[in-house]
Amino acid sequence: MDSNLVWFILINPLIAAVLVHACLRKLPGTCAAVSVLSSVLGLVAGIGVWFSFSQAIGHNPDHKFADEVPWLDFGTALRVPIGVVVDHLSAVMVLVVTGVGALIHIYSLIYMGTDSGKARFFGNLSLFMFSMLGIVLANNFAMMFIFWELVGLSSYLLIGHWFTRNTAADAANKAFITNRIGDFGFMLGILMVWAWAGSLVFADIEQAIPELNKNAGFLTGAVLLIFCGAVGKSAQLPLHVWLPDAMEGPTPVSALIHAATMVAAGVYMLARVFFLVALSPPAQGVIAWIGMLTALLAALMATQQDDIKRILAYSTLSQLGYMISAIGLAAPGAAMFHLFTHAFFKALLFLGAGAIIHHLHHEQDIWRMGGLKGSMKWTFRAFTAGYLAIIGFPFLSGFWSKDAILLAAWHGNKLLFLLALFTAFLTAYYMTRLWVVTFFGRPRSEAAEHGHDGPLMMTGPLVVLAVLSIISAWGTKPLFEHMIEGATWPAHSIVVPILATLAFAAGLVGGWILYIGKERDSILIPAFKNKFYFDELYAALIAGTQELLASLSSYIDKWVIDGVFVRGLSGAAWACGFVLRFFQFGNLQGYSFLFGAGVVALILYLLVT
Amino acid sequence: MSPILFWLFAFMTLVFGVAVVANRNPVASALSLVVCFLGLAALFAGLDAFFVGVIQILVYAGAVMVLFLFIIMLLDLRVEARRKINPLAYAGGGAVALLFAAELWLVLKRFVPGHSPFPDLPTGAKIDDVRAIGTTLFSTHNLPFQVVGVLILVATIGVVILSKRELK
Amino acid sequence: MNITLNHYLAVSGLLFTIGFAGVLLRRNIIIIFMCLELMLNAANLSLVAFSRYNVGADGLPNYNAQVLVFFIITVAAAEVAVGLAIIVALFRARATTHVEDIATLKF
Repeated sequence: MDSNLVWFILINPLIAAVLVHACLRKLPGTCAAVSVLSSVLGLVAGIGVWFSFSQAIGHNPDHKFADEVPWLDFGTALRVPIGVVVDHLSAVMVLVVTGVGALIHIYSLIYMGTDSGKARFFGNLSLFMFSMLGIVLANNFAMMFIFWELVGLSSYLLIGHWFTRNTAADAANKAFITNRIGDFGFMLGILMVWAWAGSLVFADIEQAIPELNKNAGFLTGAVLLIFCGAVGKSAQLPLHVWLPDAMEGPTPVSALIHAATMVAAGVYMLARVFFLVALSPPAQGVIAWIGMLTALLAALMATQQDDIKRILAYSTLSQLGYMISAIGLAAPGAAMFHLFTHAFFKALLFLGAGAIIHHLHHEQDIWRMGGLKGSMKWTFRAFTAGYLAIIGFPFLSGFWSKDAILLAAWHGNKLLFLLALFTAFLTAYYMTRLWVVTFFGRPRSEAAEHGHDGPLMMTGPLVVLAVLSIISAWGTKPLFEHMIEGATWPAHSIVVPILATLAFAAGLVGGWILYIGKERDSILIPAFKNKFYFDELYAALIAGTQELLASLSSYIDKWVIDGVFVRGLSGAAWACGFVLRFFQFGNLQGYSFLFGAGVVALILYLLVT
Repeated sequence: MSPILFWLFAFMTLVFGVAVVANRNPVASALSLVVCFLGLAALFAGLDAFFVGVIQILVYAGAVMVLFLFIIMLLDLRVEARRKINPLAYAGGGAVALLFAAELWLVLKRFVPGHSPFPDLPTGAKIDDVRAIGTTLFSTHNLPFQVVGVLILVATIGVVILSKRELK
Repeated sequence: MNITLNHYLAVSGLLFTIGFAGVLLRRNIIIIFMCLELMLNAANLSLVAFSRYNVGADGLPNYNAQVLVFFIITVAAAEVAVGLAIIVALFRARATTHVEDIATLKF
């Protein structure tokens, strides 16, 4: 196991990012080349690492590779190294990130070919790769948290790539701020774990668990706070509001970050620290329910959206909900399996949508598309492959991974299973709606008549991803079954695949019948269309809190600080003066009288005491 | 001092003290004050403080009261015209004075050392209080003495300046 | 009967009260000033009485009090001089010695 290779995977995109941002900004073509080259090299290195790791596992099943560079060392109190760990979990994740990343880099060469900020884009893309690989390879909480924040920064930079557009700038802010809210909880959780276990390094914590006091309340709190980080990064309820707006970024960004990799970081993180999650059944319950509710509500909202990227964004939210609830149902292997297959078909769907948008001159409303089946043949074929995968067409990749999650729900909580099943039905329904309206019928706008397939560098990645979407589950299941120590794969039951297939078929048929040949949407459900009014609720909440705080401050300033302290003090001084004024008689004998009275009183006092 | 003389001189002092306060005519007031001082000097002599008694006559009765009379003559003060009496002021003043007197009585009643008679002085030797005062003054209390000298100088200069008329 | 210290102190106290009553009750500023002198002398009497009472080890009275009396007389003389000069200046300004006419320094 060559440690240099692992460090190369991590550092190589950083070098590319630094080169681009520091030196090459004036040469966009060179920047693009540097970035693409670094991503391809990363992929090659990732494959190399995978093979040498598999070989090492073959010799010794308990092999785990870890290497670290000491960074902060405060003795036994705190130790934060910069370290990498390679096991099945991170090796697979590295492949996913570098693989999908390389394909999207190549795709972006065409998509962002004429963009004025091309150099900046590729620099930020490389920065993102560095940050994501940092999360994947991190061996301790602190390092993971640093890269977590870096990923958030990259996301901000990339969503706001066209920052001159107000909507894009606002969306970037929204993403970053919502993430920060989750990260605050994450940090508190990390601190709690540190207090409990005495170390931030995953291996040390895992080893120390048998001896530590498993105080249920404290642990549940810590796990739930760590889960907050996942809620923010993976856009679960209630912090889901940033993901649909993040579609303001260029489509390759949406594909890479907001479909395949960054949003999956939350799932990855929970899988990485599953040994902590496993200690707290109440936290697992919360996680499972939040995941499933997100899946359900996102699917409902997706049925009424008209922007192709938004539908796909809600679809991502829904699938992420599945993954998170799988973690909550103590099936992290299933969650990672779905993450793996989802990365491919979701990236494919987004890149396909990007190809459509690009060739229709940035038209994104599906009701102004149509008839593209004939004019964009390869795009249509690739897109269909991804579509079939996501709805769970039997024996494609999505079918197997969704099946694993449904099995976990079936054995865990029948109510959750019903919700999951209903969500699968909705997934099939709205994806069919998207597919039918976009590709079938006749072109509904001028732009739609100009659709044509892109060049090889754009269509090539689509085809590669299509193939992967179909085959990625064949033969890879055993990998995930034993990926996480201490977690078991849900037992098989024939009922589940049958029900799942029924749901998929019902959704497909329903979507087909309702939308084939239509010119506009006949169903209108305002609650779904308006995203359950979450954004309005948050805006009102923030505005309300702001109002409250502002009026409270104003009250305190006016009455307490100004009234009591400032005017009160001055008023007291004035009142004293006013009272004491009356002793200034001006009259000599008045004063003498007071002298005498004073002396008499004093002597009286001395006499008495 | 024999008790008769004490009572005589004490009575004189007090009566003429009241006369100072009660007289309408300022000159009469001043002259009553002189007699009051004489009585006091006699009391001092009865307490074997001969030096102080003589000084009292010389300085107080001789210089200070003369100055007072000069000023009264200078300002040409006549008998005070009767003005409206403010009863409240009189009541207040009288009350304070009476209270003070009452407290005086209370304090003296309690003052135990005051009930014993004066200790006897050595009979044979003459009491040379001038020498004793002089020694004490110039040795222990030399500094205050010098300071008082400066004080008198300052007072003199002050008086001269205060009495200057504005030059037209 | 024996004349004790208390007798002298009583005389002194009464003299002081008389002087103080005069300060409070008289309207003419010169008279008030004379009553001030009365009060000072009452204090002198008290001091001399104590001086005679506190006989030291050598059988002589404690002369420190008499030195103080000496100083009081001196300072009183200086005070009278300056005070009368002020009164004269005041008289030149206001042409009155009535104390109620000079009460302009009120609030």
